[in-house]
Amino acid sequence: MKSKLIYKIYMSLAFFFLYSPLLVLIIFSFNESKSRNVWSGFSLKWYLKLFSDKEILHAIFNTIVVAAVASILATIIGTIACLGILKLNKFSKKLIMSINNIPIVNPESVTGVGLMLLFVFSYNNFKILRPGIFTLILSHTTFCLPYVVLSVLPKLRQINQYIYEAAQDLGCAPFKAFFKVILPDIMPGIASGMVMAFTLSMDDFVISYFTSGTVQTLPIAIYSMTRKVVSPEINAISTILFAVVFLLLLAANFKQVKIYK
Amino acid sequence: MKIKNFSIVYILWMLIFTIIPMALIFIFAFTDKSGEFTLENFFYVGRYSNVFLRSIGLGAISTIVCLILGYPLAYIISKISVDKQNIVIMLIMLPMWINFLLRTYAWMTILENNGLLNRFLSILGVAPISFINTSGAVVLGMVYNFLPYMILPIYSAIAKIDKRIVEAAQDLGAGKCNVFLKVLLPLSLPGVISGITMVFVPAVSTFIISKMLGGGANILIGDLIEMQFLGSTYNPHLGSAISFVLMILIFISIGIMNQFDDSDEDLDEVGCK
Repeated sequence: MKSKLIYKIYMSLAFFFLYSPLLVLIIFSFNESKSRNVWSGFSLKWYLKLFSDKEILHAIFNTIVVAAVASILATIIGTIACLGILKLNKFSKKLIMSINNIPIVNPESVTGVGLMLLFVFSYNNFKILRPGIFTLILSHTTFCLPYVVLSVLPKLRQINQYIYEAAQDLGCAPFKAFFKVILPDIMPGIASGMVMAFTLSMDDFVISYFTSGTVQTLPIAIYSMTRKVVSPEINAISTILFAVVFLLLLAANFKQVKIYK
Repeated sequence: MKIKNFSIVYILWMLIFTIIPMALIFIFAFTDKSGEFTLENFFYVGRYSNVFLRSIGLGAISTIVCLILGYPLAYIISKISVDKQNIVIMLIMLPMWINFLLRTYAWMTILENNGLLNRFLSILGVAPISFINTSGAVVLGMVYNFLPYMILPIYSAIAKIDKRIVEAAQDLGAGKCNVFLKVLLPLSLPGVISGITMVFVPAVSTFIISKMLGGGANILIGDLIEMQFLGSTYNPHLGSAISFVLMILIFISIGIMNQFDDSDEDLDEVGCK
């Protein structure tokens, strides 16, 4: 059929557009010379250089620490909050949900600037919250929280309230009933919220840029590398990140297919 | 302790880290260095109206390009077999997982004056063209970075449409054109609306893409804000005023987009039950 052919051509062009820049990055990570667009031979030296670059390794370490702490913190606070939000009256629920949406709707740069003002203000006046890794964790938790709430709340709504009551009728203490009955039911929501929080935090540049002080995360390190003399180490980082993401997504997809079968 | 009070930590957190920063931006925007009330900052913002116009213009162009490229793609994806759809969607999302700095950097290496594209053109015998440091390069960077945000909501809106409605329209004698205009387009409108907002908001407020691909001549609102806080011209009062105006701009554009979309209320009704 003619339209099928057009579909295929259009789709291939779209994928060419989406993937050719990444392909260029990956190819030139194996380049012998420093040039980012003249090929002069295969080499792995940029990878070796990357793994001996203390600054970058430290930035990677910071990124993972911040993402782990912020996503766990956001997941705990967000999940507990959802339990309470459901019990509120309609007006306060609406109010809280609109506040919840502020960090999602607001441009990242405005969120970042606001947090920076807060930290600078509190440091100047109370000598607390000096921009650094701690403020970085606080800001990341802040922009992750709304996403956790949005992914846990719908799951919590679907739960049949009577099961929880039944568990208590059968002699379960309220606390234990929560862990035995409610938590397993909302676990998918909690898990997806946490994964989302983790990836958002790992990927964030703009908000970190304004709130990190002198601490470097990987995106900030990448940014300063693009400003200075560019080294193909950037390409090596991209290639590694791409490979990791690709394998993770492949694994996730594989697992899904298995569950369906 | 009542379950109601469980949300207290969250509410305090949002109060301290979301409401107070917004309030600080507001206060800084309306005061000067000595803390006196002033409207002078907004007077200075007016001087940068060309930057605002450029940001809105480039953001709007990118959004339109994303819509024109993304809608057909979302439609085509919804036409292929279901298990293939998941793979294609995953492949469209995959580049999004790579940090946008790296994606934009990739375009730098392609568009540079002695970059890959110009090398390719010189093989064909075309004189080098300067692609980088133009507003076109900025639009390209925005489209590349934000295109998936347009495709995904439109795709999920189209995939939700009941196939029988389309068939019914065909049975009643609607041609391809009519099926699209009278059935598919109206039913996928919520996806289009959220796609437009999801592209326009980050495009208007970006500051790295313009810096990396646009050179010094294509400053956007985001760059202006960054310059006031971390750049050479340190002035948080003016920066706050610019942020405040940007925020209002975003809320107005979201408000306008919501006017076209009545599905929000339905969602609320389902949600509040």
